[in-house]
Amino acid sequence: MDLIIEGIKKAFYLLITLDTEVMGITLLSLKVSGIATLISLFIGISVGTIVALSEFPGKKIVVSLINTGMGLPPVVVGLFVTIFLWRNGPLGFLGILYTPAAMILAQAIIATPIVMGITLAAMQQLPKKLRLQILALGATRLQMIWTLIKEARLPLLAAIMAGFGGVISEIGASIMVGGNIKGYSRVLTTATVMETSRGNFDIAIALGIILLLLAYFINLILTHVQQRVRPR
Amino acid sequence: MKRRDEGRGTRDEKDSASIVLASGASGRPSEFHQLRDERSSIVYLLEARNLHVERAGATLLDVPELTIGEGEVLSLIGPNGAGKTTLLHALCYLLKPINGEIFFKGQRVNSEYPIFEYRRRLAMVFQEPLLFNTTVFGNVASGLKFRRVKRSEIKTAVMESMEMFGIGHLSNRSARTLSGGEAQRTSLARAFALKPEILLLDEPFASLDPPTRESLIGDLERILQHFKTTVVFATHDRMEALHLSDRIAVMNEGKILQLGSPEEVMNHPVDGFVASFVGVETILDGRVVKEGEGIITVSVSGYEIEAVGKIPLGEKVILCIRPENVTISKNSRGMVTSARNVFPGKIERITPLGLFQKVHIDCGFPIVAYVTNDSLKSLSLEEEKVVDASFKATAIHVVKRTKSS
Amino acid sequence: MKRTAGIYLIIWTAVILSGVFGLSSECRAEKNVILATTTSTQDSGLLDVLIPIFEKRTGYFVKTIAVGSGQAMAMGQKGEADVLLVHSPDAEKKFVTDGSSISRRLVMHNDFIVVGPSEDQAKIRGMKSSVEVFKKIASSSNLFISRGDNSGTHSKEKTIWKAANIKYEGEKWYQQTGLGMGQTLNVASEKKAYTLADRGTYLALKKRLGLDILAEGDAVLLNIYHVIEVNPAKWPKVNAAGARAFADFMISREAQGIIKIFGVNRFGSPLFFPDAGKRAEELGSR
Repeated sequence: MDLIIEGIKKAFYLLITLDTEVMGITLLSLKVSGIATLISLFIGISVGTIVALSEFPGKKIVVSLINTGMGLPPVVVGLFVTIFLWRNGPLGFLGILYTPAAMILAQAIIATPIVMGITLAAMQQLPKKLRLQILALGATRLQMIWTLIKEARLPLLAAIMAGFGGVISEIGASIMVGGNIKGYSRVLTTATVMETSRGNFDIAIALGIILLLLAYFINLILTHVQQRVRPR
Repeated sequence: MKRRDEGRGTRDEKDSASIVLASGASGRPSEFHQLRDERSSIVYLLEARNLHVERAGATLLDVPELTIGEGEVLSLIGPNGAGKTTLLHALCYLLKPINGEIFFKGQRVNSEYPIFEYRRRLAMVFQEPLLFNTTVFGNVASGLKFRRVKRSEIKTAVMESMEMFGIGHLSNRSARTLSGGEAQRTSLARAFALKPEILLLDEPFASLDPPTRESLIGDLERILQHFKTTVVFATHDRMEALHLSDRIAVMNEGKILQLGSPEEVMNHPVDGFVASFVGVETILDGRVVKEGEGIITVSVSGYEIEAVGKIPLGEKVILCIRPENVTISKNSRGMVTSARNVFPGKIERITPLGLFQKVHIDCGFPIVAYVTNDSLKSLSLEEEKVVDASFKATAIHVVKRTKSS
Repeated sequence: MKRTAGIYLIIWTAVILSGVFGLSSECRAEKNVILATTTSTQDSGLLDVLIPIFEKRTGYFVKTIAVGSGQAMAMGQKGEADVLLVHSPDAEKKFVTDGSSISRRLVMHNDFIVVGPSEDQAKIRGMKSSVEVFKKIASSSNLFISRGDNSGTHSKEKTIWKAANIKYEGEKWYQQTGLGMGQTLNVASEKKAYTLADRGTYLALKKRLGLDILAEGDAVLLNIYHVIEVNPAKWPKVNAAGARAFADFMISREAQGIIKIFGVNRFGSPLFFPDAGKRAEELGSR
C-alpha cells in the first residue's frame, strides 16, 4: 500500500517539477497515439460508413472480417509489423523500424478496425429512410454522408475513444517496433514496463498514474464534444 | 464556390412572354398556369414517362405516363404495396437506376438537368418525421443549409416557416422531445422552408392520432391554398384525398388504374377494384338483359335492376352503388316512388360509424346503405327486420366487366 | 464523388506522411547504429551514461534495443542489429563460428551472487563453490526462484545445475517467474527464497529487499561481456562503420574508466569491472 502512496507522491513530484524526461515521454505518447488515432479515424469512419451504406455481394463476409479485426491481438500486429519493417524485410527500405513512425503504423493498424467496426454498427443503426430524407432535402452525396455522420456522432465518438484507448495503453507492439529508445521512442507504457523490470516501482506507478491522467483528459474533451447538443 | 441562388433556382429560366403552365391530363385547365416554351407547345411542370421499377422479379412500379401541372394537388391512393411510395421516390429521383425519364419544365433530368439540382426544386416529407438530432430550428434550417443559403436569410425563412405551422414557440427545443404532431409539423416546416416547386408527401399523417391529424390537415390545406404549391401526396385515407386534391390517382400493383378529378373517380370508377377502393360499398355482377332509350336492365342474381347507360345486350357488367344513394323505407307494397329500383330485403348487420350507421341488407343480392342515427330510430331498424331498399337508376354507375374484377 | 475521394486521399497521405517523417528525424541510415543488448544490461543504467558520450563524440545515433539474450543474438544473426553487447559466451561462440560476426572483444565483467533470506536455513552462507551451494539448496526444503527466461542469468543458473547434476524441472522447490531480474528478486524476497542474481541489480534494489548476499566469488559466477560486430559481408545493410566505432569506444580508455567507477557513488561498490585487452581465461576470482 505504501508503495502506491509513494508512487502517487512521485507522480505529483514529476508533474509539478515538469521533469524533462517524463514530459518528453508523455508528449511522445500523446503524439504517437494521437496521430495513430487520427489515421484510424479517417480510414475507419470512411470505410465503415461506405460499407454500412452500400449493398454488395459478400457484404456479410466483409463485416465479419472487420468485426474480427476489432479483436486483433496487438502483440501479433507488432510482430508482423516488425517482420515487415526489418532491414531485410519487404518494407525495410523505409528504414522506419525502431522509430516513432513504426509505432504510429502499428498503433494505427490496431486502432483502425476498432473504429471501423463501431462506425459500421453506428451507421447501420440509423433509420433506413433517413438517408432518403436527407437527399430529398436537396443534399449532395457528400452532404448526406456528413449529415449521417453527425447524426451518429454519439457512437462515432465512442468509436474514437475506443480506438484511442486501445492504443494509448498499448505496450506489446509499441515496444517491439519502437525499441523503447530513451528520448526517442520511449512512451509512457514502454517506460512503465522498463521501470518495473528494473525494480523502480515508484517511478513505474508514477508513470502509470500520469498515463491514466492523460487518457482521462483526452476522453474528457472527446466526451464533451460527444454530449454537446449544439444550440443555434 | 456555389452560386447562392443555385438551389432555389429562378422560375423565369425558361419563361418567355406568356407564363402559363399546362394542367394535367383531365384537370381543369383554367385553374392552373400554363407554360409554353420557345416552341410554344405545352410544357408541364413535371412529366414522367415510362417509369418502371422492378425488384427481385416483382414489378413495383409501371407508369407509362404522368403529368403534373403547376399549382395542382395530386393525390395517390391505393392499398399498401400499390406503389405509391415507389412512385414518389421515383419522382424525387431517389431510386436508382430509374428506368424511364423525368422532365422538369421540359428539361430532361439527369441529362440536361443534374439530379441534385432537380432535387433541390422539390421537397419530400415522409410518414416518420425523420428529424435530426438537433433543435427544431436546426431541423427546419437543414435543407437551407444544404443549399448554402446565407445565415440571415436562413433565419427569416425558418422563422416564417415555423410560424406557418404553429411551432414557432418550439424553436430551441431538442427534436427528441417533441410529440408526434409537433415532430411532423417540424418535418413539414422543414420542407416548406425550402419553398419547393413541388412538395411530395408520403402518407405524412398516417401515424398521427385523429385529432392531431385533423388539425394538421387543416393547417396544411390553408397553407397550400395560400401558396398554391404543387403537391403530390400519397395516402390511404380517401377522405383526406377527397378533401385536398384537384386530381386523384388510384394505384394498385404498381400501376395507375385511374386518374381524374375526385368526382370522376369517386362516382365513375373505372373498374371493380377502383370502385371498392374509393368507397363504393355495393358492387354487383350482372348481365344486360334489356336495352333501349338510354336505360338498361341488368339481371343480378335473378333480379332485374334498371340503370342509366347504353350497353349492348348480353354484356357482362358491374353495378356500383354508393351507400349514400340507397334509401331504406318500411316494407310496403305498392308505394309509388320515382325510384325504379325497389327491393325488399332483410337487414343482416348494422355497423355504427359515428355520425351515421351502415346497414347491410340482403335483397337476394347484398346491398349497403347509410342511414342517420335518427332514421335508424324512427324506422326502428334492427337486424332481421324486413325493409325496402331503393335507389335511382341514375345513381348506379355501370362498369363493363374487365377480366380481373 | 471521385473528386471528393481524391481530396480524401490527399488528406490521409498528408497526415500519414507528416506523422511518419515528423517524428522520425533521424532518417539517415548511416547515422543510426542498432545496438542489441540485454534487459539487465540496460537496467543497470551503465549505457545511459556511456551512450550519450559516444553519440556526442561521434555524431552517431545509437538505438539501444534491450531484449533477451536469445533475441539479441537472433537479431545479430539476421543482420537486424549492427553491434551486440551480450554476456552468453557459449551462444556467442556459435555466433562467431557460423560467420555472423567479424569481431568479438572483451569489454567488462560483473558477477552473479546467490542471495537468500538472512535466516539462511540451507546454511550456504560463505560457501565458495557454487555447485555445492546449489546442491545444498536443492536438498533443503527452501524455495529457489529462477528467471526461467533464457536470459544470461538463467543460462548461467542452468549451467550450475547441470554441473551439480541436479534435477530441478518440475520440482516443488523450484519456481520460474519468466520475469526480469528486478522482479524476480522481489518475488524471492516476498517468498523468502534463494535466487541467483547479478550483483548490479541486487545492489540497486538492496534497500527494498529482505535478502542477503550468501555466496559469491566462484569463477563460475563470472558474467562476461563482449562487444560483437555483425559481419557486413553476410548482411550488407549493416552499419559496419558505426558498429566498429561503438566497439572501439567500449574498449577505449575513457569508456573503461567510466565502467570502473560506475555505481560506486550509489552503492558503495562498482557494478562492473573493466577488462578490455585481457583474455577471458585470465579472469579469476575477485
